[in-house]
Amino acid sequence: MGISVRHLLGIEQLSPTDITTILDLAENYVDLNRQANKHSEVLAGLTQINMFFENSTRTQASFELAGKRLGADVMNMALGASSIKKGETLVDTALTLNAMNPDLLVMRHPQSGAVDLLSEKVNCAVLNAGDGRHEHPTQALLDALTIRRAKGRLHRLSVAICGDIAHSRVARSNIFLLNKMESRIRLIAPQTLLPSGIDKFGVEVFDDMNEGLKDVDVVMMLRLQRERMDGAFIPSEREYYHRWGLDVKKLANAKPDAIVMHPGPMNRGVEIDGDIADDVTRSVIQEQVEMGVAVRMAAMHLLADGLRATKREDAIC
Amino acid sequence: MLILTNARLIDPEKGTDKLGSVVIKNGKIAEIVYGDTPKGKTTDCGGKCLAPGIIDIGVKVCEPGERHKESFASAGRAAAAGGVTTMVIRPDTKPAIDSPETLHFALSRAVEDACVNVLSMAAMTRGRNGKEMAEIGFLQDAGAVAFSDADSVIADNKIFGRCLTYAKGLGALVMGHIQEPSLSKGSAVTSGPFATKLGLPGASPMAERIQLERDMALVEMTGVRYHVDQISTAVALPVLERAKAAGLSVTAGASIHHLTLNELDVEGYRTFFKVKPPLRHETDRVATVEAVASGLIDIISSMHTPQDEESKRLPFEEAASGAVGLETLLPAAMQLVHGGYMDMPTLWRAMSLNPAKLLGLAGGRLAKGAPADLVLFDPDKPFVLDRTTLKSKSKNTPFDGRRMQGVVLRTFLGGQEIYAKS
Repeated sequence: MGISVRHLLGIEQLSPTDITTILDLAENYVDLNRQANKHSEVLAGLTQINMFFENSTRTQASFELAGKRLGADVMNMALGASSIKKGETLVDTALTLNAMNPDLLVMRHPQSGAVDLLSEKVNCAVLNAGDGRHEHPTQALLDALTIRRAKGRLHRLSVAICGDIAHSRVARSNIFLLNKMESRIRLIAPQTLLPSGIDKFGVEVFDDMNEGLKDVDVVMMLRLQRERMDGAFIPSEREYYHRWGLDVKKLANAKPDAIVMHPGPMNRGVEIDGDIADDVTRSVIQEQVEMGVAVRMAAMHLLADGLRATKREDAIC
Repeated sequence: MLILTNARLIDPEKGTDKLGSVVIKNGKIAEIVYGDTPKGKTTDCGGKCLAPGIIDIGVKVCEPGERHKESFASAGRAAAAGGVTTMVIRPDTKPAIDSPETLHFALSRAVEDACVNVLSMAAMTRGRNGKEMAEIGFLQDAGAVAFSDADSVIADNKIFGRCLTYAKGLGALVMGHIQEPSLSKGSAVTSGPFATKLGLPGASPMAERIQLERDMALVEMTGVRYHVDQISTAVALPVLERAKAAGLSVTAGASIHHLTLNELDVEGYRTFFKVKPPLRHETDRVATVEAVASGLIDIISSMHTPQDEESKRLPFEEAASGAVGLETLLPAAMQLVHGGYMDMPTLWRAMSLNPAKLLGLAGGRLAKGAPADLVLFDPDKPFVLDRTTLKSKSKNTPFDGRRMQGVVLRTFLGGQEIYAKS
């Protein structure tokens, strides 16, 4: 058992089998994480460095916990503050860290493609924890695990992704993943928050939320990324909530057993009604967080296996 | 006296491409002979192509300011190796060429160090700030052949209109960059599915049309002589066509990169493919190539823009724009001929004759009395480009590792050999 990639840079490079392999292993870790003793030695002796060039509480905590539960030595570097300010380039930062012989590098960066650039310069396995508006693969994987557990499958589902698609790496990774797993994707957003040419990605696009949510199995809400906006995209938050915010009335269009997801952090009253977010019969938002740790454990486990296999080959040669 | 015989003579004026000989005397073309071989000591060209030396408008030599990226000496060597005999340099140096003093510095350095002809453009506004007009009268007296703020657009219509009016009074040539600044700001690629997939901020091709429409309106208002530095999209071409049909004094150029590469080349966030304007969709590339073939687009240039490794070894959005092109212009352009888009004389119309006409130069022609600025090349010889062998100080070429056809064998300036392939 293994996956076909050396780094986890994006969903785009993964095969459906890779995705299934990661999710299957993650199921084991869901079980482990629910026991009193959550410790495993799978990554014992390995070093994991989390490099976050962008502020993150949730993802960084999730990766840190995943590494620690697998027995890795985990180090966190908040890089927003230090080296960049001193004028060091990303490549130099990467080379410096590489010289410390880490085995797993987890990186988040505000620029699309930065993680790809880093992966070309280092010897260890690189995990993308979100780069610009490009990809956030572990988020899509944890969403997939959540959906699979709730619906029993990933294929032939109708999934609506709603909100700020233009600025969202989560949306891109989810579109790639759900397409690979043969689900139907609907995008619902104001035209200004749809990236150009998105209709070529094998999705149906809706402007109207009621129409778009009709009979869907999964409703994925996205955060309105006010910090990434550089101009007028929507007239006001209250108009946005009125037309594209998820409330009970709009949700009634979806299948009665449709689940509601959100990658967090939520803007209650902007893209989602607080009552829906807290409704345990519909919302799986807390479960997504739980799946996040398990999926990251699985991904790091598989990458570490790949890493050990390469090192063995090197030793033989 | 030098007699080059048995050469395929590429004559862009007559539109011919046939075997013949060229007699060179006192730095000028003394005679062109088809048929019989002239008497005297001759040099056999082995049936290879002999064409006027390329006149490349819009070369950036990084003097003053960034000589570590490119100097007049290195740019001159690159030009000679690429069959470029005249470089028309851009004013976007540090500081900008915006005063008679900086222009004098650049031209003197060119005379000292460059082995090809160098002409200079000058900035339209001081420091290319788009606000105060540079001393374009003095600059013209000092030798500036055209006025341009390079890739910085004078956004204020009133200021740009006044600059054009003043330039019109002097009979000066203005060169415009047509990427509408508010739409282009912060963009790294052309918008569309590919940009969306990479998650990179893109500018719509409409940004080019909007700015060209504005410039054409102001050209109509002022009557100035105007040249578009680079046109690269299908949506902008009809605007150019209308302006020409209306009799405005307008010409346009295209960069070799936009004629031979498309946006998909950026795959994998390859920063050597980051240029300004960004690479376009394949349909835009084909439309632009066809416009060169039809003559709607007048000029092909390399838009030679040296960048050091450090400024390219960054995440795509942060990385510097631009590619070197002096040495790869000819082999890349051969792709247009081999691809069946145009014949050799049509290509040379865009690479030597039209630039010469635009700037009122005697060269660029294969005619009796013209300066003997010539390039001898093998149009078919294949090779794989290795960027480390480039003569430019900066090696930021998008063609690294690419299979190309077309090798420059010898370059002559005023009858003197300035390059010979070893």
